Amino acid sequence: MSHVTGEGAGAGTAGRPQDEAPSSLLARALDSDIWYSFKRSKVTIVAAAVTALYFASALFAPWIAPHNPSDLASLSLLDSLNPPAWIEGGTTTFVLGTDDQGRDVLSAILYGSRISLAVGFVSVLLAAFLGITLGLVSGYVGGRTDSIIMRIADVQLTFPAILIALLIDGSVRGVLGGINREESAFYVLVASIGLSFWVQYARTVRSSTLVEKNKEYVQAARLIGLHPAIIMARHVLPNVMGPVLVVATINLALAIITEATLSFLGVGIPPTQPSLGTLIRIGNDFLFSGEWWITIFPGIALAILVLAVNLLGDWLRDALNPKLR
Amino acid sequence: MTEALLEVHDLVVEFPTRKGTLTAVDGISFAVHRGEVLGIVGESGAGKSMTGSAIIGLIEPPGHIAGGTVHLAGERIDNLSLDAMRRVRGKKIGVVFQDPLTSLNPLYTIAEQLVETIRTHLPLSERAARDRAIGLLDEVGIPAAARRIDDYPHQFSGGMRQRVVIALALAAEPELVIADEPTTALDVSVQAQIIDVLKRLCAEHGAAVMLITHDMGVIAETADRVAVMYAGRIAEIGPVRDVVKDAKHPYTDGLMGSIPTLTHAEDRLTQIPGSMPRLTAIPPGCAFNPRCPKVFERCRTERPNPQPVSDRQVACWLYDGEAHP
Amino acid sequence: MLAFTIRRLVQSIVVMLVVALIAFVMFRFVGDPVDQMVGLETTLEERAQLREQLGLNDPVPVQFVRFIGKAAQFNFGTSYQFKRPVAELIGDRLPATLELSFVAAAFALIVGIPMGVYTALRRDSWLSKFFLTVSLVGVSLPTFLIGIILIFIFAVNLQILPSFGRGAVVDLGWWSTGLLTASGLKALILPAVTLGLFQMTLIMRLVRSEMLEVLRTDFIKFARARGIKNRAVNFGHALKNTLVPVITITGLQLGSIIAFAIITETVFQWPGMGLLFLQAVQNVDIPIMAAYLLLIAFLFVAINLVVDILYVFVDPRIRIAGAAT
Repeated sequence: MSHVTGEGAGAGTAGRPQDEAPSSLLARALDSDIWYSFKRSKVTIVAAAVTALYFASALFAPWIAPHNPSDLASLSLLDSLNPPAWIEGGTTTFVLGTDDQGRDVLSAILYGSRISLAVGFVSVLLAAFLGITLGLVSGYVGGRTDSIIMRIADVQLTFPAILIALLIDGSVRGVLGGINREESAFYVLVASIGLSFWVQYARTVRSSTLVEKNKEYVQAARLIGLHPAIIMARHVLPNVMGPVLVVATINLALAIITEATLSFLGVGIPPTQPSLGTLIRIGNDFLFSGEWWITIFPGIALAILVLAVNLLGDWLRDALNPKLR
Repeated sequence: MTEALLEVHDLVVEFPTRKGTLTAVDGISFAVHRGEVLGIVGESGAGKSMTGSAIIGLIEPPGHIAGGTVHLAGERIDNLSLDAMRRVRGKKIGVVFQDPLTSLNPLYTIAEQLVETIRTHLPLSERAARDRAIGLLDEVGIPAAARRIDDYPHQFSGGMRQRVVIALALAAEPELVIADEPTTALDVSVQAQIIDVLKRLCAEHGAAVMLITHDMGVIAETADRVAVMYAGRIAEIGPVRDVVKDAKHPYTDGLMGSIPTLTHAEDRLTQIPGSMPRLTAIPPGCAFNPRCPKVFERCRTERPNPQPVSDRQVACWLYDGEAHP
Repeated sequence: MLAFTIRRLVQSIVVMLVVALIAFVMFRFVGDPVDQMVGLETTLEERAQLREQLGLNDPVPVQFVRFIGKAAQFNFGTSYQFKRPVAELIGDRLPATLELSFVAAAFALIVGIPMGVYTALRRDSWLSKFFLTVSLVGVSLPTFLIGIILIFIFAVNLQILPSFGRGAVVDLGWWSTGLLTASGLKALILPAVTLGLFQMTLIMRLVRSEMLEVLRTDFIKFARARGIKNRAVNFGHALKNTLVPVITITGLQLGSIIAFAIITETVFQWPGMGLLFLQAVQNVDIPIMAAYLLLIAFLFVAINLVVDILYVFVDPRIRIAGAAT
């Protein structure tokens, strides 16, 4: 059982002077084992830099993208199906080429990453919120509540998340009956992914909660009559955040993949505001006619993003789990 | 005295780590004679098991023998090729490990494990090897051996499994058996039986025994001679009777004080203050000096080597010069 | 053994009932079944009549029981979009999906296990590092992207393998197989590799970590200490113990391979159940979605059961424990 506090795992830091505790949070973070293991892993540094780059370019896409792909007025069919700049017939105006409507592929990728990251991020938040809440309740309350929640988790875990997401997606659209298809797509997707990934958080949090529950400080809080919700939020929750962070990072990669897959399958983000998955779907039709860049570049962008987040997740898991080192 | 069967000379075992090289065994020398039982005693981490592993050439990497020699029946074995050393293990040196519950492969029957071992080293047919295996099980006291030989390890109790392990160690008639804490993991009630089986069988098969244990009581009842190890070095080595009756090294003396006896019920059990230093922090001079009741100046600066004191070897400055009348 | 099987059977039935409940809720409450079946021109009276006919006015529990009764006879109603019985539609598509899934699983096992063993035994060789790096990249690439890349290389550029369809099939009774014709086998290669690649990396990593774990156990050390040949230790003792958990997880993965076939079938326009299911999700064809969910759940549960029973035969420890309960 590893419980991680702000100061890192603590193992192997013998000889650090205890009396001169670093004052600020930043100083403490820089002093920690986690920072040490981060500095030692070049791959992790690169992965973190790449991830940060993606987040930045997603955030600032409207300012750094050379064109605005959703501005229909600026599109011209004369520019359609331009190859990348370094291939004969390409121009530096469209570095990575254009698609059939004359959209700049590079700009589409920048805007697309924005949507992919947004869906991934929000659905991870949703899954984490659901999973943490249910896990805390399950572990803290126990008894019948616990067994019901865990049975549901077991059944859900039998199926791959992508299948669950597809079913939820289909059902929700069935209930909505096709109204506002384009505006609702984002929320439907977030709900589908979020609902299919809560189980891991719930299990992680539950098992940590079961351990924390029996510690003296929780017993003491209970004795002085604190409300269970406050005990859970203030005393149990901070102690389970380490493992949750690991699950969340790995899940971010999974959520991005799931979004891309659903969009590729045609049940995710519609082509009017394409995500990376939608772009790949659109471009796939042109693969055989030789316009490979429309699908391959978004594909590479997606693969690098997922790989970087995965590497970060792997590193975080090892760094927070000294036993694995 | 007869010719030495096993001769260990100035053996050094090192472990390179991130924080520098650890010396687990620090230049020890001793001999085991044919037919005798040599006890090796010390606290955990004193280097007893590491000595055993070094002799059979099975130190976990990155650990390795960094110096010294090991001779078995006059032949040097510490520098043999991997395959030649494999032929020595089992054939010339049998081994009994601490935990019989984990020493046997759970997916193979006792017969499969015994026959495999016998046929690896002896040119016997399947049939003959099986007969021999049944004979061995009979000898170690497994009731209805012919029937039970086809059972799986988990169908035996701990004590019975350790008998099987002893049968495996003796399967190819080795000249030496290294028993590493053979009774530590067992119930007190069966410990004496196992020690008895081990001693009787080795005597009958003409194998010498190197008995590694932290239990001075077991040594006192079983061994002919004893080597007391402390922090990777031999503190004292000599005939068991004399060492028990009249310990020369202050550490041995402390160990003797910790054995409960029936005859001296009025004496309180004594305890050595402090604990053995970690390998990372061995003090200069005699490793025992911080805990030694008889420490004097020289102990803190110069490291004592074993030297003859009456009928044994003692590594202690108290006896410097005394041996040469 | 019998009690064990019965207990597992009861658990399986409970899971199936839960999934059936979900399928029923989807079927009954997502949209109005009557609206889906009839056109706009149908009168209110006709609708009420159909409602009565379908039993939609009965109490919900009665409807649920009827739903289960019909499902047990493979009666899942009529597809909204194809106006054909769902069972018939799925029956047509089942062979294509199962063939693809089994070939993919076989590929994953046949390539994944040796790679895992190799990377465990030769931890520091450059080939192991290469395998591990490739596997990390493999995990980060979404299945559909792998498919697209393979199509781009082998179908578009090299033009040696087909990019869609099953090739020529042969009918064996109601089962149509592509395994008996050259074009069928050629058509199978890319989809099977795409589908199996992710599982292959998973199996490789699993075999590697399990094997490393097993190689550290006492019984392996004891086998080496008995002089058993390296080959026998690695490929007999270690591999056998490694494969026990691998069997379980691979068996369970077979279920998710079948579910993941949805994506692969879409990329390669493979005429299987997955493609059918995806069309159903896109068109909110609830009867097909519900039936597919039940079918996948059934396959999962059946595979689970078979794996559990297989496990009992592989691991003698469970045979006894199972008999005791």
